[in-house]
Amino acid sequence: MSHYKMHLLVCGGTGCRASESEKITENLNAEIKKLGLENEAQVVVTGCFGFCEKGPIVKIVPDNTFYTQVKPEDCAEIVSEHVLKGRKVSRLLYEDPETQKHVEDSKHMGFYQKQIRIALRNCGFIDPENIDEYIARDGYAALGNILTEMSPQQAIDIMKKSGLRGRGGGGFPTGLKWEIASSNKADQKYVVCNADEGDPGAFMDRSILEGDPHSVIEAMAICGYCIGANKGIVYIRAEYPLAIKRLKIAARQARVYGLLGNDVLGTGFSFDIELRYGAGAFVCGEETALIKSMEGLRGEPTVKPPFPAEKGYLGKPTNVNNVETYANVPAIFLKGPEWFASIGTEKSKGTKVFALAGKINNVGLIEVPMGITLREVIFEIGGGIKDGKKFKAVQTGGPSGGCLTEKHLDTPIDFDNLIAAGSMMGSGGMIVMDEDDCMVSVAKFYLEFTVEESCGKCAPCRIGNKRLHEILEKICNGKGTEADIEYLKNLSKVIKDTALCGLGQTSPNPVLSTIEHFLDEYKAHVTERICPAGQCKALKLYTIIPEKCTGCTACTRACPVGAISGEKRQPHIIDVDKCIRCGACYDKCKFTAIHVQ
Amino acid sequence: MTAFKLQECHKKTIEDICNSYNNDPGDLIKILHKCQTAFGYLPEDVQRVVAKILNISVAKVYGVVTFYSFFTMTPKGKHAISVCMGTACYVRGAEKVLDEFKEQLKIKVGGVTPDGKFSLDCLRCVGACGLAPVVLIGDKVYGRLEAYQVKEILDSYED
Repeated sequence: MSHYKMHLLVCGGTGCRASESEKITENLNAEIKKLGLENEAQVVVTGCFGFCEKGPIVKIVPDNTFYTQVKPEDCAEIVSEHVLKGRKVSRLLYEDPETQKHVEDSKHMGFYQKQIRIALRNCGFIDPENIDEYIARDGYAALGNILTEMSPQQAIDIMKKSGLRGRGGGGFPTGLKWEIASSNKADQKYVVCNADEGDPGAFMDRSILEGDPHSVIEAMAICGYCIGANKGIVYIRAEYPLAIKRLKIAARQARVYGLLGNDVLGTGFSFDIELRYGAGAFVCGEETALIKSMEGLRGEPTVKPPFPAEKGYLGKPTNVNNVETYANVPAIFLKGPEWFASIGTEKSKGTKVFALAGKINNVGLIEVPMGITLREVIFEIGGGIKDGKKFKAVQTGGPSGGCLTEKHLDTPIDFDNLIAAGSMMGSGGMIVMDEDDCMVSVAKFYLEFTVEESCGKCAPCRIGNKRLHEILEKICNGKGTEADIEYLKNLSKVIKDTALCGLGQTSPNPVLSTIEHFLDEYKAHVTERICPAGQCKALKLYTIIPEKCTGCTACTRACPVGAISGEKRQPHIIDVDKCIRCGACYDKCKFTAIHVQ
Repeated sequence: MTAFKLQECHKKTIEDICNSYNNDPGDLIKILHKCQTAFGYLPEDVQRVVAKILNISVAKVYGVVTFYSFFTMTPKGKHAISVCMGTACYVRGAEKVLDEFKEQLKIKVGGVTPDGKFSLDCLRCVGACGLAPVVLIGDKVYGRLEAYQVKEILDSYED
């Protein structure tokens, strides 16, 4: 990469590609050619920068210029001004929302200042389709070093010392997992990468595979050496075509370089990977269900023990880790376990990637040290709540997690603190909600998901969650009673205690945590029959403000059930009993005389 | 399933797909992925042939097809519309967008318009949460969509 004076990094992640980043690359290349700058500047398509809110992103190095929301027609100006004359195109620079000044150097952006990027170290820096760029950033050095200088046990000891815990949700110590798989003797073992990212609102695994696929391949090979496996399988969602494509390219290049296949780096160690596609089943993120699915069966979980480390894929010892966990591994060996363990909290070491989404200004992918507070994440990195609204809750852990509220804003985020607060780390989705979001509806939304995704094997999850959903629906429709809230709590506890797999056991969490933190809101739904957030359609109360009503009769004509009456040029009245809360009058009224509660 | 008539050439296609995986039942999901790409969906007859070639019961194939949401037994429209109902899209108003599609197309989720032009489905998170709410039509991604834009987008698909 060294002989060009300037590199133009264009984000090639799914989000930015959806906003024409491919066209931008094409135009930049054409403009560079037109001005004869081919030997001066190079365009590199990279993985995700994380700042998806303002995509497509074009970053220019070495001066760290960060252009946001670039359009294909901006390319001529970027090349003729910035590349040729060295003058930044200020209208495209990121503007700090507080000072309203353009940020000249991306290092000074609030979004990046608190981040430490380990798993995402190469995302947005290198061309993921070029193995040389990964190698230039010490890629495969860890693998080479381990194969030539360490015994498997020594490598496992380093993993244990680092304190890395599984990033897929469970938080099980990775080194220990490898040690167990290593100690089980068998003629064949498997290394599996769980890339079946099914948690809605989480996209870190996809971004890592799209932006830095080699780091995962390298880590799987390291794991193979440690546990004594020569086969690796990546179980990936079929819905991630770009990640699949880049992973395939990466594996092919690694084979050509002798980093995968027989006799890796001439050390006698053999390892190769293949891809298996998921077919859209959330439960397949659970490791035993995932293994069933890899065997070509319905993805139904099995009872543990035996754990996959003893009896996994095809009955052989199998080590399953998720994408983000693997992405950390090469960095741990390169910089040492002490360095890794120095980041984070006492029991949760290193960093965690979060997908920030929902009602937040800076939607995107962030990587922060464990122990950071929610306040720092939401208000400093995330730039606060959209449209100046009030923060209400943040949902972590997806359908298995819970909500955290204002009182948790200063709690350090790590595995154990989140569980103590009634949520969980999960895979790292963070959905921010504001005052307009109804928490009963949110719980209902998650239950809808669980009901649809339940594999149906065990009754507590299959039937219990359906009941939970029915009651939540009843409450949202204004037909709930106070006894329903108690019933929700009891049933939730039963499901937690009796469901077969981790997903079933955690599925009532969204209900329990919203009841715990937003009991008043539940009560308002069942006693006063109102939805304080104004989201539940059936609980909306439409009234006419007499002072504003001109008696134009537009609403009377719009009302499909004839619930509005009144004389011409006199204030009208809505009959609450007849009203079906469709909102037609609200849409029609030109004088904002319809009040919605 | 009446519309689909299994021809000899279809059988050949299925045979070739199964063969490329050594007729291994362990690769059933991969085989079904390939079959769905070839036929657009997985009608009963296709499942029967697959079961026969792999020497497993039709029930087992059917069990797998109905378990995974990616597999479908009904054909999709020429332009398949998928509305993302992931959490990020949900809190940013995906439901309103979905309602507008239903209203405009006069079909339910999972349905196909009578002329076979559009089909409507929901999916869980495409991972483009920065663009929420997101809708996919074919391979094209529409981000930050609002209900009022739906009609205009549908009109842009002429044929």
